[in-house]
Amino acid sequence: MSAATGTSKTGHGDGAAKKKKGPGALATAYLVIYNVVMTAGWLVIAVGLVRAYLARGSYHGLYYSIEKPLKFFQTGALLEILHCAVGIVPSSVVLTGFQVMSRVFLTWAVTHSVREVQSEDSVLLFVSAWTVTEIIRYSFYTFSLLNHLPYLIKWARYTFFFALYPMGVSGELLTIYAALPFVQKTGLYSVTLPNKYNFSFDYHAFLILVMVSYIPLFPQLYFHMIRQRKKVLGHVEDYSKVE
Amino acid sequence: MSTLQLNKAVVFFEVEILDAKTKDKLCFLDKVRTLFFSFHWYPARQSIRLDPKGKSLKDEDVLQHLPVGTTATFYFRDLGAQISWVTVFLTEYTGPLVLYLMFYFRVSFIYAPKYDFTTSKHWVVHLACMCHSFHFMKRLLETLFVHRFSHGTMPLRNIFKNCTYYWGFAAWMAYYVNHPLYTPPIYGEQQIRLALIIFLFCQIGNFSIHIALRNLRPPGSKTRKIPYPTKNPFTWIFLLVSCPNYTYELGAWFGFTLMTQCLPVAFFTLVGFIQMTVWAKGKHRSYLKEFRDYPPLRSPILPFIL
Repeated sequence: MSAATGTSKTGHGDGAAKKKKGPGALATAYLVIYNVVMTAGWLVIAVGLVRAYLARGSYHGLYYSIEKPLKFFQTGALLEILHCAVGIVPSSVVLTGFQVMSRVFLTWAVTHSVREVQSEDSVLLFVSAWTVTEIIRYSFYTFSLLNHLPYLIKWARYTFFFALYPMGVSGELLTIYAALPFVQKTGLYSVTLPNKYNFSFDYHAFLILVMVSYIPLFPQLYFHMIRQRKKVLGHVEDYSKVE
Repeated sequence: MSTLQLNKAVVFFEVEILDAKTKDKLCFLDKVRTLFFSFHWYPARQSIRLDPKGKSLKDEDVLQHLPVGTTATFYFRDLGAQISWVTVFLTEYTGPLVLYLMFYFRVSFIYAPKYDFTTSKHWVVHLACMCHSFHFMKRLLETLFVHRFSHGTMPLRNIFKNCTYYWGFAAWMAYYVNHPLYTPPIYGEQQIRLALIIFLFCQIGNFSIHIALRNLRPPGSKTRKIPYPTKNPFTWIFLLVSCPNYTYELGAWFGFTLMTQCLPVAFFTLVGFIQMTVWAKGKHRSYLKEFRDYPPLRSPILPFIL
């Protein structure tokens, strides 16, 4: 009786399982440096905000005190898309790209481009949310890469978002909303007919579309984080029950 | 057996298949679980494979020729609701045809009311409408009379994805070409004439390739053969390219872009080019895998380049 000669299929299966091995030593070293630099950068922004607040005595116009490091470090996050594309970070290029681009969009295409919104309080709202989130996130990655993740950081990453996400989203939406009248008045980034490329673009309408897109997107991201939290932090609660 | 026990017991069926004429027992299946009698798992959505993550077995595969011993284990996978290729093609191509004409005739609510049902003063706009409509009518007729499909069906969700793509782009392009403020090509008649020649050449080329591919395969069969140049000069491109149908398609849309000088059209051409390149590379790779003697000079979609 001949044994099943389907071993060719199982061989193929083994090959597929060996595909993802994770970053090598050099890539790990680079990623540690990257995450440390980003943690430091966002700490600089945090300190800058606090110092400016203490100096002025009010929440207004704090954006100007951290404008440059904010632009630099938020734009620097574009490298994370490259990390996924090259494969040293096991995240989806599309998902990471989307998240980073939305931040970069808000930093440059809204806040930087429409001067009039820079003094809005909504800007402080999302900048603070981003700052706290990023400090925790980048230190989380740093410690994870060094295989020495303090539980506090892990807990913070999967708990603070409960407040920080809605805070950030509110700040972002209010800022875009505040920018609308100025964009419409000046026709910023808009192209009208007639022109030789037979193309038109209404940035004002586009911004409204962006705001509307938050409705389906934000809940998905929020509930994804909640599910992640249950997975990552959940088992600890089980242990304490057993004891 | 009380009714209570019946509810908890799993019901197994025995199935026997007999020859209709001789009544010989051809096949006996015992312990067939009721799940398999679920009416909505029609054949098109069944995938039977030797390995859970492997490729699906084909309808033509014979049990004796499969790499299994006397005890075979197959894995079943539900492919989800299926829809026929013909249905999808007809739907996704009719949309652009109809939508473009709606913009061409400037149906109400598209442009400002004073332009309703007016016609463009530029003759290139009329020409573009004829070309666009011809292109999609050709596609519809080819779907009905020329193409021979290896797989009858695709997942149902594809029709929504595909129609959004085709219908969305068609509306976007048509809006600008038929706009009252449309600007005709910079180089005027010269540009339009050249564009039309390229467009027509590629339409004939594309059609020639479709006919050549159809003739490779006898009616009702699913055989795969290497395509070669025929007497028709438009098929001589097979010497250099694996998927000349995509090459010609790209050429036709390039021609249309040149004719209309419209950025959304250019964008549509670009996205189509990227998608067709992905498909061409996949097809090229499967040709190479399947045929030892595959001509080495051929590139997937662009001679020597891509």
